[in-house]
Parts: sequence; C-alpha cells; structure tokens
Amino acid sequence: MNSGRILLAHGGGGVLMHRLITERIVPKLGNPALAPLLDSAILNISKTRLALTTDSFVVKPIFFPGGDIGRLAVCGTINDLAAVGAVPRFLTLALILEEGLPLEVLDRVLDGIAAAASEADVIVATGDTKVVERGAADGMYINTAGIGEVPAGRNLSPKNIQPGDVVLTTGTLGDHGIAVMSRREGIEFTTELVSDVAPLASVMEAMMAAAPSVRCLRDPTRGGAAMTLGDFARESGTAVWIEEARVPIRPEVAGACEMLGIDPLYVASEGKYLVVCPGDESEAALAALRSHPLGRHAARIGEVRAAPAGKLVLSTRIGGRRLVEMPHGEMLPRIC
Amino acid sequence: RPEAVSRDAAPAAAPAVAAMHRHFAALGRKQVRLMEVCGTHTMAIYRHGLRSLFPAGLELTSGPGCPVCVTPTGVIDAAIRLARIPEVTLCTFGDMLRVPGSTSSLDAERAAGASVRVCYSSLDALDIARAQPDRQVVFAGVGFETTAPTMAATILSAEEENIANFSALVSYKTMPQPMRALLQDQTVSLEGFLCPGHVSVVTGSQIYEFIPAEFGIPCVVAGFEPHEILEGLAMLLSQLAEGRAEVEIQYKAAVVREGNPTARAVMNQVFEPVDAEWRGLGVIAGSGLALRSDYVKYDACARFGVSIPDSPPHPGCSCGDVLRGAMRPEECPLFGAACTPETPFGPCMVSSEGACAAHHKYGVAIT
Amino acid sequence: MCLAVPVKLVSKDGARGEIELSGVRRRADLRLLPDAAPGQYVLFHAGFAIQVVDETYYREYWQLRNQFEELKRAGQA
Repeated sequence: MNSGRILLAHGGGGVLMHRLITERIVPKLGNPALAPLLDSAILNISKTRLALTTDSFVVKPIFFPGGDIGRLAVCGTINDLAAVGAVPRFLTLALILEEGLPLEVLDRVLDGIAAAASEADVIVATGDTKVVERGAADGMYINTAGIGEVPAGRNLSPKNIQPGDVVLTTGTLGDHGIAVMSRREGIEFTTELVSDVAPLASVMEAMMAAAPSVRCLRDPTRGGAAMTLGDFARESGTAVWIEEARVPIRPEVAGACEMLGIDPLYVASEGKYLVVCPGDESEAALAALRSHPLGRHAARIGEVRAAPAGKLVLSTRIGGRRLVEMPHGEMLPRIC
Repeated sequence: RPEAVSRDAAPAAAPAVAAMHRHFAALGRKQVRLMEVCGTHTMAIYRHGLRSLFPAGLELTSGPGCPVCVTPTGVIDAAIRLARIPEVTLCTFGDMLRVPGSTSSLDAERAAGASVRVCYSSLDALDIARAQPDRQVVFAGVGFETTAPTMAATILSAEEENIANFSALVSYKTMPQPMRALLQDQTVSLEGFLCPGHVSVVTGSQIYEFIPAEFGIPCVVAGFEPHEILEGLAMLLSQLAEGRAEVEIQYKAAVVREGNPTARAVMNQVFEPVDAEWRGLGVIAGSGLALRSDYVKYDACARFGVSIPDSPPHPGCSCGDVLRGAMRPEECPLFGAACTPETPFGPCMVSSEGACAAHHKYGVAIT
Repeated sequence: MCLAVPVKLVSKDGARGEIELSGVRRRADLRLLPDAAPGQYVLFHAGFAIQVVDETYYREYWQLRNQFEELKRAGQA
C-alpha cells in the first residue's frame, strides 16, 4: 500500500528508491547523459574553459507566488554560470527529502525543475536522492552543481570596473524577497506580486552581443542590490554611486517594504542582473536588454566614480546622500 | 569641512532647505542644538541623507524615542527566561530579536532551541495562540503610545474570545515625561524638540504644551517624509529666529491637538501609568504602563513566576549619554570598534533606529 | 518610535477590516478607529488603523515612492 508519501525506505537504495528514480524522476528529466544512471555521467565537452558552480536551496515555503524550490534551484545555478559569461550546459541535482513528504509535492517540484531546465536549454546530467527522518529537514532541500562553457575572450569580473562606467539593472528589484515573505507565517499579506525567478543566460548573451566589453554582472539574491553593488565597489576599489529615484521598484514591493519597515535595496531578486559596462556601451546594452522579454524594465541606475573608494553611495530622492552598508542579518518586520 | 553640503535638493525639499538656511542665518549663531526625540525620525534623517542638506552649524541629537534603545537589559533577560520555558512560544517584533541581554539574546535562544517567533502585529501572536492551544504564547510588548493601544486591543480580543494561553511581557513607555527629565538635566542644553509624529497621532500635540510654557523651548510635531522633517526643522529655527516658543504641528495630515481619544481610552482601559526604568535615564515617574488589576492575568511575568531583574549597564557602554543627547554616537569610545551592528553592545547599536546603528550604517560623512 | 503608513480601507466587518496599500492587501483591526468607513484612508501601524488621513496625503505618499510608474512612462524602466 503506497501512502502517497516519502517513506524512509525510499532512501534505502532498494526497490522503492529504484522505482522513485525510474518512475518519477527520470521520466521528467530524461536525456542521454542521465539515462544510463551510471555512478557518474560522461559529458562531451569541447576544449574551451569550463565554469563550475554549486548552490543549495532551502526556501520556505517550497511553493511561493511565481515559482517553487525546483525552479529556483535551476535558475539560481544557471544565473551563477551566466554571471561569468558561461553558456550553461549541465546540472547535477541532489534531493534531500523529509520522511512524510507527499509524493505529489515532489512531482510538482520535479515539474518545476524540468520546465526551468528546458526553458534554459540545460540538462540534469546526474543526481542523488537521500531521505531523512521526519523533522530532520523541512519538507525538502536541493543542492545543485552546474557546468558551463566560457567562450574565448570573456573575462567578466568586478576587477574590470573603472570610474566612468555605468551601472544598469535588467529590471525591477526586490520582487522575489517580498513574494516569498508575503507567505511567511506571522506576516501574511496578499499581493499580485510574483517572484521574478527566471533563467538569465539569454539576457547575458543579448547584452554581450550589444556591449562586448561589459565589465561584470551579478544576480542580487540574498542581501539584495546593497550587497551586490557593495561587493562591486569593494572588489574593484572604486566608488559605486546609485540614484535612488532611478531604481525601478514595483509598487507592491515598495508598499510591503514601507509597511514592514524594510529597505528595498536589501531585498532579494531571483531573475535580475546588476550590470557594470563602459559608458559608451551603456545605451546599446540598455536597448538590447529592453528588447528582451526578461529585460523590459532595464534601467540605468548609477555610475562608477573614484571616491569614496570601495564604497557604495546612494544619492537619495530628496537630494541628500549617504553610504549604503552591507546588510548584517535577517530581514525582519519592524514597528519602529 | 567635514561634510560636503549638497545644494542640489530635490524640488520637494528645496523650499524647506532654503527656509532652514534662511532662518539659521537670521539667528546669526554658529551653532544651534535641537533634538529629534523619535527613533523613526533618526532613521529617516540618516536614510535620506538629510544631514548633507543641513546648515553646517545645525546640531541634531537623537533622543530617547526608540523603544528598543530605552528598554532596560532586565526586560530582555526576562523575555529570554520566558522563551526558555518549554511550553512558551515567545513572539516579538523584529526590533527586539538581536537586542543583547546580560548573557544572551532572543535570536541566540532561538538558535539554541527556544520557540521564538517574529510577528508583524500582536494580533498575529493571538492567532498563533488560538491555533495552538497546547502552547503558551507570550508577546513581548515594547513601544510607546502608538503601539501600546494595539496591545491593549489585542488583550481585549483575547478576553472576548477567552483565549487563555495568551499573555504579554509588558514594557511600554510613554511621553512626555522623559522630555521633562531631559530639560531638568543641566548637562543637556537643548533649544528645540522635533516631536514624534505617530505617538502624537494618539496623544495629540497637547502633551508637549508644558515645554514652551515652563521652559520656553519650541516644539514642532513632524511627519516622517524627508520634506516633512526638513519643514519641521525650518519651523523650529523660525521660532528661534523670531524669539517664539510654542507647539506647532507640521504633520497636519495626521496629528491634531486632541489626538485619537478612542485609542487612548482602549490603552487606559487595559494599562495604568507606572514609574518606569529607561536605559541611560534611570527611573522616571509615570513614564511607563502596567496592566490594570482586571487584566493582570495577562501578565506573563506573574503567570510564569519570572521577575524582571535590575539591569547593570554593559561596562564602557555610553548608550545612556547618547540617548540623553549628551554625546554623539561617534564620540562613544566603543563606537565602530567593539560596538558594531554585528557585535552590538547597547541597544542604540542593535536597534536599526538607534542613533549609533543609523550613524554606523548611514552616517559616515561622504566627501 | 513607530512606523505607520497611509493605506486605503477597502472593507469593514465590525471591528475588523481589510486595507490596501500600493498593491498589497492585509487584514486590519479597527478597534482603535471604530468610525473609519470603507473608502477612507487611514494610518496603519502593526495591524491597526490609528487615524484617518485624507486622500491627497495617501496619493502624495505613494506617488513619491512609486517612481516605477514614472520611470516606465519616461521610457526609462
């Protein structure tokens, strides 16, 4: 009798695990590299440079407006590869499942993974499944690794940033963080806002074609734009100046942040890049982004100067200016 | 000059900035010291970079209007003791999570296994109590007259639905008594108060009228938008330049002289004024709230036999002087070295609104 | 001291109601402002309505924060 839930036996390497893999996982993700189910997948890679990344996903709740832990895992991994100019090719997928997780939930997450992988034209080449006792995990966690090919001549890094460069965003900031927070217990609010989680490799390619000497790009996930732009300044020793009035923030994100006492600059996005490119290529880059479905709201939000070195400065809407420090902890609703 | 003064104020603020500079010049003084009482004002001033728009000689000190800043360590220790009780779920606003007690903090206790939940509203805590009858839900009640009525209303809801597993750690503070204490303290020389906007929504501006009457000091109740704060400061400087001292309301959108009588009635139905200990200011008569006898069954300390220990200050911590406006954050020996947002000593660094946290996060001068 | 934001009261059922601000909706308690009527604008703090404000204040408050619409109109965003 199958209770419709994950049992400890599903992790035991026996028939239940075999059926879980062959009847539920492989049919949704199947491809020639995965099909043999060997201990390792053998990959045909040309002799270019490879990019390798890894990430873990523990988002709660597992399903949130606009996405799920599966889609997040694929997109997050792809976006880290594309951030160094790599063409994403292969992913690994390690599932850690809590005893008692409804199989229906696993199916929906696997659908999210499959859809995102095909959307981004990558394949899940190998994987692993483990089950832990009830209570030892929170539903499910996912760990991934990602491999991509870095075309010759591409060396994206914050070290390339120079005074006179321009800072762009590929779209609105803070959508993901607020979409997930709206479902957190003790905070609940409803909003039409959905997470922006999306694979960005094609956005990177469109931009590199229009602005070949892009300096660097990075997805502002945990810690938001403040963290990413602060990293750019610290890693390049330049000063990144941002104009608050130019940063595109959706009304729902601005509303939720005002209600909860949170600064939108610290809220995560999962489908956006912050980009630094030379001044003379910024118009071309913006035009290319705005004609891409994931870049419709791309905007120029600031510029790079020499001073104050290593710092992120915000020119506020009211004409004042201040330093923006790294976030130092959880993002919590405040009353004061 | 330490701070580059930016002349390019946005249209919304330009008139207020111009008025501020005009009245300051008319005063013909090198320095004027004002106080913004409310921590939310402190935060907005730093977050919008307003200091870069001030006349160079305008000194604005942060007052005791930040609930976390003025909460004595003993209250934090009591919250921690309650959180350690197995059947207790301790609910709190995000503001209190990282405030250091004498040996631990609520987020450290959560990591060690205590049930600590962050809520947006005391009503959310009541929902948790209703949904989990086997748990004892305790809400850490800190704040001023804006927040105390919301707690009182939540207790009345608990009473109506007789939700027995809900109680509160009560540590509310009220205005204007600490302002009187500051004025009677010779070491502090203040020439004007920017008064709290949202407390005054409930209390009304009437509660500050003794200040110009007895001390000849101007008061302006201001909103929290950058241009509202600038207008409030311009109004204070205008009073000084014209030798006037009265209570003016800049925040007309939300504040009237009588405030919100219903909110006060609900607050006074559940709570009664008591003497209260303020971090850095000591005990101030009639400046806190406690549950009235009809509602003492909602007192978590009584219910669980937890007493609020007295609170020795952290060695070397001068949060008290910063709160009294007698010291600027960067003048404290611990500021930015031993005491940082990651390793906060006193609550002025832990609270995102504390003068020290706001200054550390936003206030470093930009040349 | 206390963060409060201007919101629109969209519905009311006794002492409870629902508010809306800039695309976000949440339940609200009206016990501290019993006379507030749907369609009015109120200050919202920690789940409670604490004062009535006028519509122009609400519009100005959110217009200042809602540069996204302006940026879109200016073809910027």
